[in-house]
Amino acid sequence: MTDTLNPPVVAPAPPTTEPLLLKRPKNPTGVLSWLTTIDHKRIGILYGATSLIFFLLGGLEALLIRVQLAQPNGTIIPAGLYNELFTMHGTTMIFLVVMPLSAAFFNYMVPLQIGARDVAFPRLNAFSYWTFLFGGLFIYSSFLLGGAPNGGWFGYAPNTSVTFNPGHNIDFWIFGLQILGIASTVGAVNFVTTILNLRAPGMTLFRMPIFTWMSLVANFLLLFAMPIITIALFLLMFDRNFGSHFFDPSAGGNALLWQHLFWLFGHPEVYILILPAMGMVSEIIPTFARKPLFGYRVMVISGIAIGFMGWGVWVHHMFATGLGPVAISAFSLSTMFIAVPTGVKIFNWLGTLHGGSLRLTTPMLFAIGFIAMFTIGGLSGVTHAVSPHDRQQTDTYYVVAHFHYVLFGGSLFGIMGALYYWWPKVFGRFLNDKVGKWHFWTWFIGFNMTFGPMHLLGLQGMPRRVYRYDEGMGWDLWNMVSTIGSFVIAVSVLIFISNVVNSARRPVFASADPWDGRSLEWSIPSPTPHYNFAEVPIVHSEDDFWHRKYTEDASGRLVRIEGVEQPPAVVDKLPEHHEDPPGIHLPSPSYFPLVASFGLPVMAYGMVYGRDAGQNYVIAALGGLITLVGLFAWAMEPSVEPEDPEDAAANGHGDGHDGPPALVAATSDGEVVEDDGERIPRELLKGSTEEEGS
Amino acid sequence: MTSRSSRPTRGRRLTAAAAGLLALLLSACGREELPQNTLDPEGPVARQLDNLINPVFVVAGVFFVLVLALTLGFALKYRAKSDDDAPVQVHGNAKLELGWTIVPALILVGVSFFTLIVIADINREAKGDDVVTVDVIGHQWWWEYRYPDQGIVTANELHIPVGRPVAINLTSVDVVHSFWPPKLAGKIDAIPNRINHMTIEADEPGVYHGQCAEFCGLAHADMRLRVVAHSAADWDRWVATNKAVPEVPEGSGDAATGATLFRQKGCASCHTVEGYSKGELGPNLTHLMQRETFAGAIFDMTPENLRTWLRDPPGEKPGSLMPNLNLTEDEITKLIAYLETLK
Repeated sequence: MTDTLNPPVVAPAPPTTEPLLLKRPKNPTGVLSWLTTIDHKRIGILYGATSLIFFLLGGLEALLIRVQLAQPNGTIIPAGLYNELFTMHGTTMIFLVVMPLSAAFFNYMVPLQIGARDVAFPRLNAFSYWTFLFGGLFIYSSFLLGGAPNGGWFGYAPNTSVTFNPGHNIDFWIFGLQILGIASTVGAVNFVTTILNLRAPGMTLFRMPIFTWMSLVANFLLLFAMPIITIALFLLMFDRNFGSHFFDPSAGGNALLWQHLFWLFGHPEVYILILPAMGMVSEIIPTFARKPLFGYRVMVISGIAIGFMGWGVWVHHMFATGLGPVAISAFSLSTMFIAVPTGVKIFNWLGTLHGGSLRLTTPMLFAIGFIAMFTIGGLSGVTHAVSPHDRQQTDTYYVVAHFHYVLFGGSLFGIMGALYYWWPKVFGRFLNDKVGKWHFWTWFIGFNMTFGPMHLLGLQGMPRRVYRYDEGMGWDLWNMVSTIGSFVIAVSVLIFISNVVNSARRPVFASADPWDGRSLEWSIPSPTPHYNFAEVPIVHSEDDFWHRKYTEDASGRLVRIEGVEQPPAVVDKLPEHHEDPPGIHLPSPSYFPLVASFGLPVMAYGMVYGRDAGQNYVIAALGGLITLVGLFAWAMEPSVEPEDPEDAAANGHGDGHDGPPALVAATSDGEVVEDDGERIPRELLKGSTEEEGS
Repeated sequence: MTSRSSRPTRGRRLTAAAAGLLALLLSACGREELPQNTLDPEGPVARQLDNLINPVFVVAGVFFVLVLALTLGFALKYRAKSDDDAPVQVHGNAKLELGWTIVPALILVGVSFFTLIVIADINREAKGDDVVTVDVIGHQWWWEYRYPDQGIVTANELHIPVGRPVAINLTSVDVVHSFWPPKLAGKIDAIPNRINHMTIEADEPGVYHGQCAEFCGLAHADMRLRVVAHSAADWDRWVATNKAVPEVPEGSGDAATGATLFRQKGCASCHTVEGYSKGELGPNLTHLMQRETFAGAIFDMTPENLRTWLRDPPGEKPGSLMPNLNLTEDEITKLIAYLETLK
C-alpha cells in the first residue's frame, strides 16, 4: 500500500527541449508568427482587426433591416430572413464587435498602462483570441448551413424550443455563444490576474490609469456574468438535444426562468460593454484638456458602484412579465438609482473639460460626442425605470433608441475615439485628423438621424422586431429618416476605412508621445517594441508619465519641468527594434492555444448535428479530443523556450508554468524585487507626499 | 479670430435647422394618423401612465439641455489658444462632486415616490359589478378572447363596453406574446403556463389599435389586434348577437355548398362555428362577420381580402398554421358565401 499522506517527492523534470507534437515556432514575422503569437500586442491587433470585420457584417445586417423598414409593408426581406438579420445584428454587435473591441484594448493597452511586459497568462490569451474567432466563424457559418439564429439575441423560451424552432438556427446560436463565452471567461481571468498582479512597482490601485480601472471592473463583471449565460445555454441545450424540459411550459418547465437567467447575465453585460468605453473617454479627455481627470477617485468608485449595482437591475427588462408589485418596485428603485453613479461620471467629465486647454482632435471629438450621446441614453434609461410607463416603452423602438444611444452613442463613440487616440502607439503612424473629423461628423449626424427618430417611433407605438408595419400607422416619415441616417453611417464607416488604408499607404509617423500623454504607454517608443519596457518603470504617482514632464506652480498652473526633452509629435521614420535588451526573456510562441481552441468549433458542429443523428456526437468527441491534446501539449510545453538549458535554469524559466517572465516579484515583507535583483524599499513605493495633499 | 467671425452664421443656421426639425416633428404628431400613440391615452389606465411619465420627461429634458449646453459651451469656450496654454490643474472638488451625487439622488427619490404609488395602483385588481372579465389567450399569430360570463369566444378584435373596467386574464398556448393596446393600457406578457392580469378601459366608443409586442416567431409583426369599445346599448346588442347560434345555410345555393366545403376541405377540423363545427386550433368563426378585420387583424373584412387570404394563407402571413388548401376560385367563392352567413 502506498502512503497517500506522504507521497514520494518527485524531482522536477529538467526543462524539455524535445519538440512536443509540433516543433516550437520560431519565425518572428510572417503568417505563421501571427498564428502562434502569444504577444499581447499582436493578439490585441488581431482582436481589433477581427472585430472590425465583424462590425462591417453587423452593419450590413443593419442596413438590410433599415432598407426593409424604410417604407410601410416592405417586401425586400422576407419575414424569416428578417428575424435572422436582427438576431445576428444584435448578437454580432454585442459578442463579436463591442466586447472583442474592448478586449483588443484590454490586450494592447492594459499591460502598457501598468508597466508590464505581457499579460499574466500569454498562451491563455492567444487561446482567448482563437476561441473568439472560431466562435464568430462558427455562428456565421449558419448562414451557409440552413439558416442563421432567429430567436433574437435574447432567445426567449419557449420560442427557442425544438417545437417552435425545429431547424438548426438556434443550435448555432447556443454553441456559438458557448464558444464565445469560453473566450470571454478565460480572457477575464487573464486580465483580472494581470491587473492585480503585474503592476509595475509603485503602481498602487489608486495610481492605475482609469482605463485600466474600468477594464478591471468590466472583467470582474465578465467573470461572474458569463457563467450565468453558460448555464442557461446548457439548460437550453439539454432541452433541445436531450429532451429535458427546463424551459418547456407544456411539460411543467418555466419560460420565465430563461428570462431571469438571461437578464441576470444580460444586464451586467450592458455594463461590460460600456465601462471600458467610459475608461477610454476618461483617458482621452484629460489628455486633450491638459488637465487631470476631475475627481479621479470618485470616477473609480462610481465605476465600481455601477459594477455592483449592475447586478441588481435585471428585472427592468421584465417589467411587462407580470411579476408582483414588490419585485417591480424594488427593481424600479435600483434601476433609477444606478443613474446616480452614472451621472457623477458625466459631471466629472464636464469638470475635466472646464477650464482646460482643449485640443479638439478627432479622439477628443469622439470623447465629447460620447458625453452628449451617452447622456441621452442615460436619461432615456431613467424613463424606463418608471416601471408603470415602461409597460408602454418596453419592446418598442423607444428601447431600440435608448440602447443604441448607450452602445453606439456610448461604447462605439468611445471605441472610435480610442482607435484614433492609440493608433499612433500601436502602428507608429497617425490616422489623418482631417479625415477623422469628416468621419466624426458623418458618424455623429448619421447616428442621430438613425436613432433619434426611433424615440418618437417607439412612443408612437411601433414595436420592435417587426419585419413590416402597416400604412396609416404614422410611422412612415421617421422610418425613412432613420433609413437615410443608417446610410450616412455607412458613408462614415467608408471614410474611416479610407483613413486606415491611407495611414498604411502614406504614413505620417508618430513619435513615442504624440499627444503629450499622461500614462505609461506614452513613455515607450511607437510602435511598441516587442518587450514593451526596456526597463520596468517605477511609479511614483497617478498620471506618472505626465508628472515626469510637468509640475504645478503655486497657483496650480501647469509648468514644464526643465531639462525634460519633449519628443516631437511627428517623426521621420519608425524606430527599429531588432533585439530584445539583455536580460529580458519573453514567453515563446506556441501552436497549442490554436490547436486547443480549434477543437471547440468541431465539438460544436458535432453537438448541432448530433441532434439529427446520434452518431454525429462522435464529431463532438473528436473535437473534445483535439482540445484535450492541445491542452495537454500546452501544459507540457515550457512557457519560455530556453535558448540553452543553462540560461533557462539561471533565469528560473522553463518550469512549465504558464506565465510571463518573472519581471518582478513581491517578497513577503512587501519589498519589491526587480529582475535585476535591485531591492526597492516599501516607503519609496508609497508615492510623493505632495500628490496625496492635492 | 476667423472662426469667431463665422460663429453667428453657424448659430443661425443651426437655429433654422432646429426649427425646421421641430415643425416636422409636430406635424407628424397629429392624432388621427397615430393609432398606437402612447402619448395620446384614451382611457384611465393609459392616462395614469402618461401622467406619471410626463413630469419625468420634463426633468430628463432639463438635464439633457443642461449637460448638452455645458458640453457644447465648454468645448467652444475652452478651446486651446496655443500649445503652451497652462491650465490650472484642478484635481477635483469634493463639495461639487458630493453635490452632483446628492442632488440627482434627491430628484430620483421624488420620481420613485410617484412611481411606487402608480405601481401599487395598477397592480390592484379591478373589482365591482361593472367589471367585464375576458380571458385573453395568445396563439401564434392571433389573439383569442373568451368571455366567461357571457359565454362568447371570438378572435383578434376585443369588444368592450366604454367606461367600464375590463379585467383581462392573460395567457398563451405556445410562446410568449404581449398584449398591447397602447392608447388603453401598457402591455403585459402572455406567458404559457402562467396567468397574468391587466385592466383596460376606454373613455369613448371607437376602435383602438394594438399588436403583440413580444417577439413570438416568424409572423410576430402580423399579430395585431383591435379593441372595439361600444356604448352601453351597442355592447348589449353585441353580446346578444354573439351569443346566438347562427343557422347553417341549407339548399343548393353557394352558401350551402360552401358550408359543405367547409367540412370537406378540413376547415371544420380547426375552426369552431357554434352549432356546426368544433375545431380548436384556429380562431372561432361563429360570428366572423361581426369583426372588421381578420387573420391577426392584418386584413380588413372584405370579400376580396377573404379571397386573397384563402388562396394562400402562409403567403399572406408567413408561418401561418393555416395551410394553402389549393382551393379553386369557385370553391373560394362558395366558402366566402358561407362565411358571409356567419353574422
